[in-house]
Amino acid sequence: MTAAIETRGLGKQYGRKWALTDCTLSIPAGHVVGLVGPNGAGKTTLINLSTGMLAPTTGSLAVLGNTPASGPGQLARVAYVAQDTPTYSGMSVEDHLRFGAHMNPAWDNDLALKRVQQLGLDLKQKAGKLSGGQRAQLALTLGIAKRPELLMLDEPIASLDPLARREFLQILMEATAEQELSVVMSSHLVADLERVADYLIVLVASRVQVAGEVDKLLATHHLLTGPRRDAAAFPAGQEVITESHTDRQSTFLVRSNEPIRDPAWSVTSLGLEDLVLAYMGSAKAGSAFPMLEGTR
Amino acid sequence: MIWLSWRQFRLQAIVAGAALVAVAIALAVTGPHLAAVFNSNGLATCRVGCDTDASNFINQLRGSATELIFYGGIVVMCVVPALIGIFWGAPLVARELESGTFRLAWNQSVPRARWIAVKLGLIGLAAMATAGLLSLMTSWWASPIYQASLKASGNGLSVNKLAPPLFGATGIAPVGYAAFAFALGVTAGVLIRRTIPAMAVTLAVFVGVQILMPLAIQPHLIPPVHVTAPFNANQANEIMITSPGNTMTVVGNFSRPGAWILSDQSIRPSGRVFTGPATSACLSTSAPPQECNNWLNSQHLRQLISYQPASRFWPLQWLELGIYLILAAGLGWLCVWQVRRRRA
Repeated sequence: MTAAIETRGLGKQYGRKWALTDCTLSIPAGHVVGLVGPNGAGKTTLINLSTGMLAPTTGSLAVLGNTPASGPGQLARVAYVAQDTPTYSGMSVEDHLRFGAHMNPAWDNDLALKRVQQLGLDLKQKAGKLSGGQRAQLALTLGIAKRPELLMLDEPIASLDPLARREFLQILMEATAEQELSVVMSSHLVADLERVADYLIVLVASRVQVAGEVDKLLATHHLLTGPRRDAAAFPAGQEVITESHTDRQSTFLVRSNEPIRDPAWSVTSLGLEDLVLAYMGSAKAGSAFPMLEGTR
Repeated sequence: MIWLSWRQFRLQAIVAGAALVAVAIALAVTGPHLAAVFNSNGLATCRVGCDTDASNFINQLRGSATELIFYGGIVVMCVVPALIGIFWGAPLVARELESGTFRLAWNQSVPRARWIAVKLGLIGLAAMATAGLLSLMTSWWASPIYQASLKASGNGLSVNKLAPPLFGATGIAPVGYAAFAFALGVTAGVLIRRTIPAMAVTLAVFVGVQILMPLAIQPHLIPPVHVTAPFNANQANEIMITSPGNTMTVVGNFSRPGAWILSDQSIRPSGRVFTGPATSACLSTSAPPQECNNWLNSQHLRQLISYQPASRFWPLQWLELGIYLILAAGLGWLCVWQVRRRRA
């Protein structure tokens, strides 16, 4: 299966500053992929490169096997809901649907109308007078009704209140369930992604810290607590992600495909948020732990 | 794309349409009166020696509402292309870049190059049509005045269709100005990315070009005609003495109705420009003026004149239109290229 996004040595330079350096990753199709990382990790740059809004300075990337924005066909296959979910403030909701219909050959007007009704949006209302949540929903509707193969969302809910977030994600989930749709959604809030993503990529400072299916990630990471011990003492196949020590005690986050059987440890599983934070923290500390390649 | 262009241009189009209708009504109401004055002075049938009729006609218009409308029309013709550049051109892309909606527009199934090309083409045509219609209406309305200016052999009539600013307010040149101003506005918006600064730059550059063109380029689009004629002080248009130094400037009489006089110099037989000094005959207030004239005539001065004859109005108009359309096309290409390249 063609990857949704595949990059090799991808880099983007603005003036003297690099927004993304040497990024090599593969995002599989058919998933709802959460792209998570701290601000400035390069998430927006990566998405802008994937939609063809930016051209790479170095390296290469393919989106659904093609160069981004390489023509009307490629543009029709990819939808993009940009940060702050831009809409034309002077145009009504109805005009936005017309806009979608005129600008996209595969436009599904029934779907768009259904969504708008479901959201309770007034067709005559100007987009400028919608609430932030409604505007985001309208932008999402435009993205979904375009009938893309890949939907990219860049921090679509960062500025929304919790209720609007929940509604937005619900609509997104319904759409992915109904349509054969790959989704890549960036966020710096893991809690938001946890609800919808089945695949996770942690991006810190342009580098993929960990990538994989959420279930698998959760199943293979263990938090070990026990008497003080050195990280080097772990057997092969057990990879230490983070460690912390007190005088007597050590705590390790270990990645292992096998269950941990050493009775010296008390083993607890951990949530997605803790897992992500651990990877972000280890990257920030500049630790010598090897970068993990994503499971494919 | 056509729907979107129209939807986003709708408001401006309605404003422009309403303005055109208002101008049309005003001109249609006042036009017949002007034509009646023209006919009542016998200018419609006059073939030769119409100087008196023409100056009567002009004198009758002086200070009237008709004169006000005439000059108002010229002002409108000069201002409209600038307005098109500022209010149609500059915001076209800048507003999308400023508000972030370009991310929405450029991620539909229409490639960016087509998006900008269609907008440039359609609204550019609307701009040209607006300026063309306005020029057509004001030229029709003012045609009695222009005809009178061509029938008057003297220089008493200051209306000259060939010289600025009238040249750019009539004929087909305004069509070129509108196209250029629009493309200039869009380009400024694409490059500057902010609406208000783009508007300001559009205005500044357009005004600069509109001043530079008639001063430096327009007179030489077709090489001017040069004539030399003996200077006759008895028919001189102007004899001026500047003190101290008693330098003289004399301008002879040269009559080519409707011509655009580019330079008019009186030169000595040696080829130098005549600057005096004035003799006592010219300086004395008690001596009869004829003595000064006689002295001037004894200097064997010649008049050196370069001018564009009235018959070149349309060739010059076409050249002007061509130049501005080429400039507009160049800017349009720059916009398409920049939008294709613009990555953000």
